[in-house]
Amino acid sequence: MGFFTGKELLELCQNNKYQIYDATIEYENEKTGIAKEAILERMMINLKIMKEAATRAFSEEIGGKIIGGESRKLRERYENTKPVCGNTMARAVSYALSTMEVNASMGKIVAAPTAGSCGVIPAVFLSLSESHQISDELLLKGLFTTSGVGIVIANNATLSGAQGGCQAEVGSASAMAAAGVVEMMGGTPEQALHAAAIALKNLMGLVCDPIAGLVEAPCTKRNAIGTSNALISAEMALAGITSVVPFDEVVEAMYKVGLSMPCSLRETSLGGVAATPTAKKIEKEIFGYNIT
Amino acid sequence: MTSYSVFDLIGPVMVGPSSSHTAGANRIGYISKHIVGEEIEDVTFYLHGSFAKTHKGHGTDKALLAGILGCLPDDEKIRDAFELADQEGLTYHFEEIDLGDVHPNTTKIVAKTKTNHTWTIIGSSIGGGKIKITSINNMEVDFDGEFTTLITDHTDCPGIVSRITKILSDYHINIAFMKLFREVKGREALLIIETDEDIPRAAADELEKIEAIHSSKIIPKCNI
Repeated sequence: MGFFTGKELLELCQNNKYQIYDATIEYENEKTGIAKEAILERMMINLKIMKEAATRAFSEEIGGKIIGGESRKLRERYENTKPVCGNTMARAVSYALSTMEVNASMGKIVAAPTAGSCGVIPAVFLSLSESHQISDELLLKGLFTTSGVGIVIANNATLSGAQGGCQAEVGSASAMAAAGVVEMMGGTPEQALHAAAIALKNLMGLVCDPIAGLVEAPCTKRNAIGTSNALISAEMALAGITSVVPFDEVVEAMYKVGLSMPCSLRETSLGGVAATPTAKKIEKEIFGYNIT
Repeated sequence: MTSYSVFDLIGPVMVGPSSSHTAGANRIGYISKHIVGEEIEDVTFYLHGSFAKTHKGHGTDKALLAGILGCLPDDEKIRDAFELADQEGLTYHFEEIDLGDVHPNTTKIVAKTKTNHTWTIIGSSIGGGKIKITSINNMEVDFDGEFTTLITDHTDCPGIVSRITKILSDYHINIAFMKLFREVKGREALLIIETDEDIPRAAADELEKIEAIHSSKIIPKCNI
């Protein structure tokens, strides 16, 4: 019961009256021989670690060499004022920031799909579970949808910032999360892939340029934009808005954009914001000399 | 069907900050420790490409070293790797290198053991915490640590593969993948067998009794 492309995944869903999460759980069961209950249990552990990281920075002084305290600032704002982008979005972004602060401190996170993009999926899922009273059982299913979509991207493109830029990391995380939201909210597999295609296109061309080589800036705030992008892409798909270009073609385009990016914009910290005078100054302050 | 598990996409559980630069690097170190298979006294990590440029920021140095010390990617001790190495009396060095046309996240590990053997292992971190070991002691290889892996270093001769697989069969171990590497007929060869079941040390000891086999190493599965 394999699938390599989005088209194959959709056919699998159509032929078996599956949602993407059903197809993905079947895929994992068949591939590994591990019982479905055990697969669900393992995902539950991941969900628990995601929830912990998404809220840990609210109560702990953690962060890296550049970031720290951002999630709390945002939380204080949405608890005390009416946030400009609404409560669901503001909460979601605060969870993304917390996860990235934990990540920067070498704390425990779930790479989803990578550590540099680990803020997006927990943020979207946790915020939605609160605003729409979604059970852990459905959140688990949604996580399998995100995996299924991620597997297609990994098969046909890349998830690595060093290979494909930040579009391959935060872009993929955002696409995966968007698809998960659509299915959790009752959308169809087709709508889920439209949401993923829209989300991936919106972040296409995003370069990977971490200041001083740290997964902190601009990574943290890009996880925030990946979070909001996932929610708006899912909103559009749930309204019946489709991606003009099908998901598989978007994935291929993303891969080609990644391959055509110069090395300086693929996680080497040699270009983009990492090469600005301010970034160089920060780098020198942290390491005592310029490492790039 | 592909090689990806759902837990490659929602996972691994790891300490930050980078799946390719921290978790992947850690796995290369961890697998290298088991390839060497005896106590390491001194290790040099030659860092290529993105590893060379950004290893300090990503904690790649700590992750590689912690792997050599036996920590897995979700171990919060990774951040204290330098102190751990000092406690264990392991000396370590990091150097930049240009390894040519290889993956941007590649490291060459040169490990000296207490018995004065030197091992050279090259591995790449290919994204999302996944890795590939591409060279052991200058012999080209290809495996990823997703399965329990048996590596035998033996003299290339007729029947050796069947003798090895017979012993695995006696222990009811199913072979998932098998690759044989050699450079010159009748000389040194490496057999890499990835298995569904864990391999007991007793099986490896039995393999080492075969005259043509110089060593047999078991690398535990580390797909966290």
